[in-house]
Amino acid sequence: MKNELSAAGVTAIAVTPARRVSSFFYKYPKNRLRALIALPALWLGLVYVAALLMLLVTAFWTVDEFTGNTRVALNFDNVISLFTDPLYTTVTLRTIGIALGVTIADITLALPIAFFMSKVAGPKLKTIIAISILLPLWASYLVKAYAWRSVLSDKGILQWLLAPLGLNTPGYSLWGAAITLGYIWLPYVILPIYGGLEKVPGNLLEASSDLGAKTFTTLRRVIFPMILPSIIAGSIFAFSLTLGDYITISIVGGPNQMLGNLIYSNVGTANNLPMAAALALVPIAIMFAYLASVKRTGALDNL
Amino acid sequence: MRISNSAKIFLGTATGGVLAIIYLPLFIVLINSFNKSMNMYWPPPGFTFDWWAKAFGSGGLLAALGTSVLIAICSSSIALVLGTLLALALSRYKFFGKQAVGLMVILPIALPGIVTGLALNNAFRTVLGLQLSMATAIIAHATFCVVTVYNNVLARLSRTNRNLEDASADLGAGLFTTFRLVTLPQIGSALIAGGLLAFALSFDEIIVTTFTAGSGVETLPIWILNNMFRPGKAPVVDVVAVTTVLISIVPLYFAQRLAKEDSK
Repeated sequence: MKNELSAAGVTAIAVTPARRVSSFFYKYPKNRLRALIALPALWLGLVYVAALLMLLVTAFWTVDEFTGNTRVALNFDNVISLFTDPLYTTVTLRTIGIALGVTIADITLALPIAFFMSKVAGPKLKTIIAISILLPLWASYLVKAYAWRSVLSDKGILQWLLAPLGLNTPGYSLWGAAITLGYIWLPYVILPIYGGLEKVPGNLLEASSDLGAKTFTTLRRVIFPMILPSIIAGSIFAFSLTLGDYITISIVGGPNQMLGNLIYSNVGTANNLPMAAALALVPIAIMFAYLASVKRTGALDNL
Repeated sequence: MRISNSAKIFLGTATGGVLAIIYLPLFIVLINSFNKSMNMYWPPPGFTFDWWAKAFGSGGLLAALGTSVLIAICSSSIALVLGTLLALALSRYKFFGKQAVGLMVILPIALPGIVTGLALNNAFRTVLGLQLSMATAIIAHATFCVVTVYNNVLARLSRTNRNLEDASADLGAGLFTTFRLVTLPQIGSALIAGGLLAFALSFDEIIVTTFTAGSGVETLPIWILNNMFRPGKAPVVDVVAVTTVLISIVPLYFAQRLAKEDSK
């Protein structure tokens, strides 16, 4: 066979180790999948998912009062105190409140902008706006929080602008933190909604108006259902990122605390990992419930 | 649907207004980096280049910049390998648990950073008994960077023609030759874009870093946070803030351009 091929001008292929591996994978395509997925699945499974599961377990462990080390002993106190300790309940509710407020405010601001970009602006303007929104998205989160520290300060530009109107800057407070968080996550909300609107075909809107629908009816009954998954995708970012924040609040929130601060202080100064883990269950539970409830809308494919 | 002119004007104004609000604080930081006042006073009493000179003469700052770049390069390299393998597997095969794997990739960014950070902190320290170090920070960063590479490569693969790979195989090329000569050139710019995004993501990260880096590891964001509240340091922090924005925005601009060329 080999000779015949050579005679026909076909060069025989040397059987190198690489070629053997190659032939093996052609013969058994399932192993090809296994080889591709093994490393990343192991990494994500072992490093991440296992770590998350361990975190769930740690929430029920005990800190040894004498050594300060974490001990494997079943203990429900931490999780119970989440619901009974007034500090934890207040801060949890406050955090959820801020996260909801930030998310709703961001969606309200994002809708008209995304709509303008997608349906009003010409192609050139559209690109310019898209880039202008994208660039600051990637500017460091920390820098943005810090920028608001200057803006909100007593002697800062906001005070300077508001003073003639007889108003004052909200300063470093919960309001200051909420404004800053809303600012930081806004581009994350605009972009998915814009992406969703881009997928709404123009002729569908024309059909709607040909059938006699007023602008508002078209918005409500044609556009809204189509972009709902994108709105939800945007809300996942704003909500989840606010829920876990502790840096912004420490920069512009004055002495106020959010859930993240409690988690952080339990890891650092208090060295109580089980309590930190128990507190972390709150955002995990909320996010999983939220992700599960929106899974059917297809929002997760828009992330 | 007809959009009335008054609606157009309203929408345009809203867009312009929000864009102004998006950029205003960033410009304030830029201006404050030249502000003579050390306490962010507005309007600035005068301008100076002192802070810029001071910032770049500071050894701790340059070391922090080096640490950040090193961590970002290592973690985005790991993310490139893992993300590409995953994208190849998920774009070409149907298998049991495919959805679960897809969820596993987005989870590190869908969950708040503090959860990712705490989970890894707990796993490294309590479960594995490791000391936190630069390596643990790199592992953590790589984990949440996978998704950017994965998304970019997956999007590209869904548009590439698989027949080319079959043709390559028919012509006698082995798996590796096909990958090198056919697949890689097709996904090349997606890899660069994904890698740049991963780099920027890691470079700017602070929450996960605080939880997973050893106490001696100071990245640029951690340097900023440590110095932000120190008296008299504000102007130097402004300089660093402007520099970080420039360092993360330049690669991203190119990543965007690559992604755009690709979609044409």
